[in-house]
Amino acid sequence: MPVLEIKDLHVSVETEQGTKPILKGVDLTIREGETHAIMGPNGSGKSTLAYTIAGHPKYHVESGTVTLDGEDLLDMTVDARARAGLFLAMQYPVEIPGVTVTNFLRTAKTAVDGHAPAIRGWIKDVKASMANLRMDSSFADRNVNEGFSGGEKKRHEILQLELLKPRFAILDETDSGLDVDALRVVADGVNRAKEATNLGVLLITHYTRILRYISPDFVHVIVDGRIAEEGGSELADRLEDEGYDRYLAAGKVN
Amino acid sequence: MSKQHSDGGWGLVPIQSRAGRFSSFDVADFEPVSGFEAEWKYTPVRELAALLDGALDGARYDVAIEPGVGESRGISVDWVARTDPRIGSVGKPEERGSANAWTGFDHALAVTVSGNERAEVTLSRTSFGTSARAAHLFIEAQPGSNGVVVVNNSGHAMLSENVEISVGAGAQLTVVSVQEWDHGATHLATHFARLGKDARLRHVVVSLGGSIVRVNTNAHLAEEGSDVELFGVYFADAGEHLEQRTFVNHDAPHSKSRVSYRGALQGDNARAVWIGDVLIRPTAPGTDSYEENRNLLLTEGTRADSVPNLEIETGDIAGAGHASASGRFDDEQLFYLQSRGIPEAEARRLVVRGFLASIIQRIGVEAVQARLQDAIEEELLVSAEGAAS
Repeated sequence: MPVLEIKDLHVSVETEQGTKPILKGVDLTIREGETHAIMGPNGSGKSTLAYTIAGHPKYHVESGTVTLDGEDLLDMTVDARARAGLFLAMQYPVEIPGVTVTNFLRTAKTAVDGHAPAIRGWIKDVKASMANLRMDSSFADRNVNEGFSGGEKKRHEILQLELLKPRFAILDETDSGLDVDALRVVADGVNRAKEATNLGVLLITHYTRILRYISPDFVHVIVDGRIAEEGGSELADRLEDEGYDRYLAAGKVN
Repeated sequence: MSKQHSDGGWGLVPIQSRAGRFSSFDVADFEPVSGFEAEWKYTPVRELAALLDGALDGARYDVAIEPGVGESRGISVDWVARTDPRIGSVGKPEERGSANAWTGFDHALAVTVSGNERAEVTLSRTSFGTSARAAHLFIEAQPGSNGVVVVNNSGHAMLSENVEISVGAGAQLTVVSVQEWDHGATHLATHFARLGKDARLRHVVVSLGGSIVRVNTNAHLAEEGSDVELFGVYFADAGEHLEQRTFVNHDAPHSKSRVSYRGALQGDNARAVWIGDVLIRPTAPGTDSYEENRNLLLTEGTRADSVPNLEIETGDIAGAGHASASGRFDDEQLFYLQSRGIPEAEARRLVVRGFLASIIQRIGVEAVQARLQDAIEEELLVSAEGAAS
């Protein structure tokens, strides 16, 4: 059974003030079909975890391992990780001038699958997914993320999730900047992907709002680079009421 | 005889209308080039002494013509003497490099498009060699004619030339000039085009190789209803200086111009310059004009200068706009594409191909488009290898 395993992960970034440790020993195991919510206050290391798993060059792994079905992800290039079955829906997807959505999606699909998709079925799939995400068909001819609104960028991320069919997806603050209607459309997309491919999901969020639409099996609270508490969806309900204050207060006392 | 005024040093030059520039057929009328002049300040003039100051060899050169002479209906190609009455009917040099070529050429190559069914001719110039040379090309599209003239340049060259393009009333002409010179080649060119009533010109400059390649294009919309498209594609590699200056001179009612140049730069000291002058004269009410330049900087160490200049001397215009943008292909874009499974080299190719294709697709000559797509793919492979080594 596919499994994404993170063991004792320590990660730092270079800043003007020198090397700054961000993750200080994170352990996490995600099996296929499971949805894990990673919650925590700003600056706790949630996004660092996401980008480290995906392989962003800014983050330095000091120690620990990340494996997908026992294979060492940290030893792979960014693109090899994606081909191994990993997907990262980004909080701030960048513009790619000169590359249309159509061209981009087909190139990515070809890269991930190792062969070009059958043309007729592919066009049908793209159209269906776009319709599901309430994306106008004119999107296909626009350059990737160029002039997209915040909501359009998030839909485009989920469109890729649906079409590329990864085994594990990390959603980095996919809920930020979305109104309630857009949030529902995006959440429905994630739920369709889960149902279609038994996707494992690592859902990174500051707020509990999105968890009303994508229900987590596990909730982990990250504070200051460590997992401070873990539980089921009831933990999210408690955070909804109490916020992160008690973790932060405890941190200060120590 | 009038002579060019000295600028009196950089920084003291008054802002001058594009309309008022000095012109002469004789190189002796121009001051030596200092590099501070508006028309030279982006160019590595010290490396151009042979073309700006030296005597040039203006003899005929080898040119391959396809289809061969006599085989093409509607287009003829001949060598003509510099006394041919057409010479000088379209252009007059406005800077010293152009004037030196004019002073130095011996015979001109004349391409005459006469048929009203679209005909194509390709001139391939591959063996200019290493000596400093002058050349002159005259392209005439007779009234009502329809033709495509492609000039392919490759091999080595130390060349300064003028190209006159006369587009007669109602004629439709496409001119494509492709620079795929060897590294070390230097090429200065000024294209002068004059458009008659309801004439249409699509003019394309493609510069992919050479150490210094500067192709300037002046389009004079001289009569009512004339319509010009100036397109450009360039790919500057390490150490290459690719410069293009366009000047659209709206001088008649209801004339239309579209200028679109796009370039990619990759490697240490890859440089590109685009200066886009548009002048809408009082004689040109109802003008519709738009110009844009976009650059894609693929690596560190590249530089693109992009300067649109718009002068409007009439209140009655249909449209006048410009855009200029130079963007980096940065690590975040690379990360984004790679995170979707696309390998690095392919990610770079994807971006550049898409970026330049939007111009290439508008050339409208199938064979040229296909060949240029291939040439750009090759550039990208070379660049990828260079970046990897």
